[in-house]
Amino acid sequence: MEICTVALAGNPNSGKTTLFNALTGSRHSVGNWPGVTVEKKHGKVKANKSIEVVDLPGTYSLTAYSMEERIARNYIVEDEVDVVVNIIDATNLERNLFLTLQLIELGKPVILALNMMDEVEKNGEKIKIKKLSEELGIPVVGISALTGDGVQNLLDLVLKTYDEKDEYNLKVLTYSEKIESRINELAQEIGKLNLENNRYPNRWLALKLIEGDSEINEKIKIKIDDDKGLIEEKLVEEKYKKIGIIVKDTLETKRKFNEFTSSDRIDKILTNKLYGLPIFGLTMYMVFWLTFNIGGIFMDLLDGFIANTAQPGVESFLMSMNTASWLQSLIIDGIIGGVGGVLMFLPNIVFLFLAISLLEDTGYMARVAFILDKAMKKIGLSGKAFIPMIMGFGCNVPAIIATRTLENEKDRMIAILINPFMSCGARLPVYVLLSTAFFPGNEALVTFSLYILGFIIAIIMAFIFKKTLFAGEVTPFIMELPPYRMPSFKNIALKLWIRVKDYIVKAGSVIFVASVVVWFILGYNFSGAVGINESFGASLGKAIAPIFSPLGFGNWQATLSLLAGLLAKEVVISNMAIIYGLGESVADAALEGSATGFLPTLNLAFTQVSAYAFMVFILLYTPCVAVIGTIKRETKSWKWTGFSVMYQLVVAWVVAFIIYRIGMMIF
Amino acid sequence: MTLKEVEKKRIVIIKKVNAEGAFKRRLLDMGFIPGTKIYIEKYAPMGDPMEIKLKGYSLSLRHSEADLIEVE
Repeated sequence: MEICTVALAGNPNSGKTTLFNALTGSRHSVGNWPGVTVEKKHGKVKANKSIEVVDLPGTYSLTAYSMEERIARNYIVEDEVDVVVNIIDATNLERNLFLTLQLIELGKPVILALNMMDEVEKNGEKIKIKKLSEELGIPVVGISALTGDGVQNLLDLVLKTYDEKDEYNLKVLTYSEKIESRINELAQEIGKLNLENNRYPNRWLALKLIEGDSEINEKIKIKIDDDKGLIEEKLVEEKYKKIGIIVKDTLETKRKFNEFTSSDRIDKILTNKLYGLPIFGLTMYMVFWLTFNIGGIFMDLLDGFIANTAQPGVESFLMSMNTASWLQSLIIDGIIGGVGGVLMFLPNIVFLFLAISLLEDTGYMARVAFILDKAMKKIGLSGKAFIPMIMGFGCNVPAIIATRTLENEKDRMIAILINPFMSCGARLPVYVLLSTAFFPGNEALVTFSLYILGFIIAIIMAFIFKKTLFAGEVTPFIMELPPYRMPSFKNIALKLWIRVKDYIVKAGSVIFVASVVVWFILGYNFSGAVGINESFGASLGKAIAPIFSPLGFGNWQATLSLLAGLLAKEVVISNMAIIYGLGESVADAALEGSATGFLPTLNLAFTQVSAYAFMVFILLYTPCVAVIGTIKRETKSWKWTGFSVMYQLVVAWVVAFIIYRIGMMIF
Repeated sequence: MTLKEVEKKRIVIIKKVNAEGAFKRRLLDMGFIPGTKIYIEKYAPMGDPMEIKLKGYSLSLRHSEADLIEVE
């Protein structure tokens, strides 16, 4: 069966991923800020498996500017794309059509999909689709990617265009005489070069040369004598002039260009001079309130269920089966203790991601970048760098990938290196557990202080990096502010589901295996089953523990937990649950009515000050393997990955040391 | 006069874009071409960046960037 490859191209935030999900039935994250998709994604159309769809990162233009734009451009230009579906935000026809004209010039068959037609109607506007299609010379279809309206029409058009692609005539946009003669001159020169593997039309290459595209200029070494970029400017100007005429002919609107929309009314408050910053503070407070207070209610229920129902149930079942005592210990202490100790934090994770998804989908993220840009500029970054930082509160893996929206490579490196200091959801259980044990009554305050500390360290490190390793000029900041939109229930539910699934899978795989391994190394040494203090685990911990003595937690239990935490930060908790759980009888733990019944024993191992220093260390030290892998992928450098691992270790040690020493002086 | 000097709630028209290289390209792509109307919506709480409207959408840019855009 022949496969028809369709590329989805369009401006950032025009709904490409929503359409991709609608077409393929997949479940990719979407959001309402420019730059949600930073990788291209492939999928087969659900209703017709012979169509392969590729979702590309959003671009404003085919002259590559940031990394994600380069990905999109190169894909459309170089790969075997049969049909390009240009999806545009129909509420913003003029700016979006600029890319459309560039796509048409590329010479591949283009179909224009007008997305958000429902919103256009709501605004009291009308687009003459037939007229638009005539003027552009390409098929046009109105859709709503969110509700699925018109998506079938689009698919039919794709197939029709594919079948007729051999008869496809290259549409030529003509410019003024002066530019046309320059294009023809250049196209002829390029033709004489007889380029190898040339998949581009010569006319297009000529246009790119005029536009000053550095990538193309590297391939074709023709020097363009364009005085102060005048021809370049003229070219863009003429394109927009054409668009102006098309829009005038096809869009019926009563809206004046600076008229207030409902989005502006919301912005009047949210980015207000006086309330803007306090509202941001309040929003972040609400994120944590939702996570801890509301999530906490469900966490207690789940904890109670694990300790009062699951654990005793399994235990009495194992007893009735006359199971060997080592197996009982493995299941109760190792697996239920370890995996259960992590799983009970699922509600907090759900609420944390719910809050972050809401920030993403409403369009508030872009406003955060807007109101905080000036502060970020002081440390040499742009407001856009703040979005990955907030996402880091959820998980550092997608957050580090999201740094691709930053145009400048140096800024991007800084943003990657500081991101792990933003305390992710996996570290949350550690704080909750330890602060419950050592700071009863002040759990929220203690936990919140760690988030703030991580943020401050991130800012300090960014400042240092910008002054030293990645010194450079301040990158220009220019960012679209998308209109506020009501988040779709479907999208939010989808995002949460992905997160919940990940968490459960992680608990069932990495944490499960880690729990079994830890249970084993804590119960055995070369001579067989032994007491915990003679075990492999204890010896390993004891060997490394002296490093942490100056920080106040130089015991082998803490050391081993930190080591295990490199797999996934939650493992610190499952590890401690097993270590301290093994020390007491299973029945005792069950009697206390909590999966965290080992807490009293913890009190012997730490003081308040050393427990805090321990949490600070966990906050800052080397990220988990998933994050390390992501850093490698994104920086494409083992050197910087190794650097990231080591410098965080050093920062964590130094900061925990200072805090421990100061704490010892005060308390 | 440059865009930086314009008070908020005013409408101006672009005369010239003084940027260079990739950034100029980006400005052009986003619709900053001579003759385009720009409406200055507001300034961020800390005074910078600013929010403007052009070609039917909202955009934020810093004073340092706005200073490169000549308007009247």
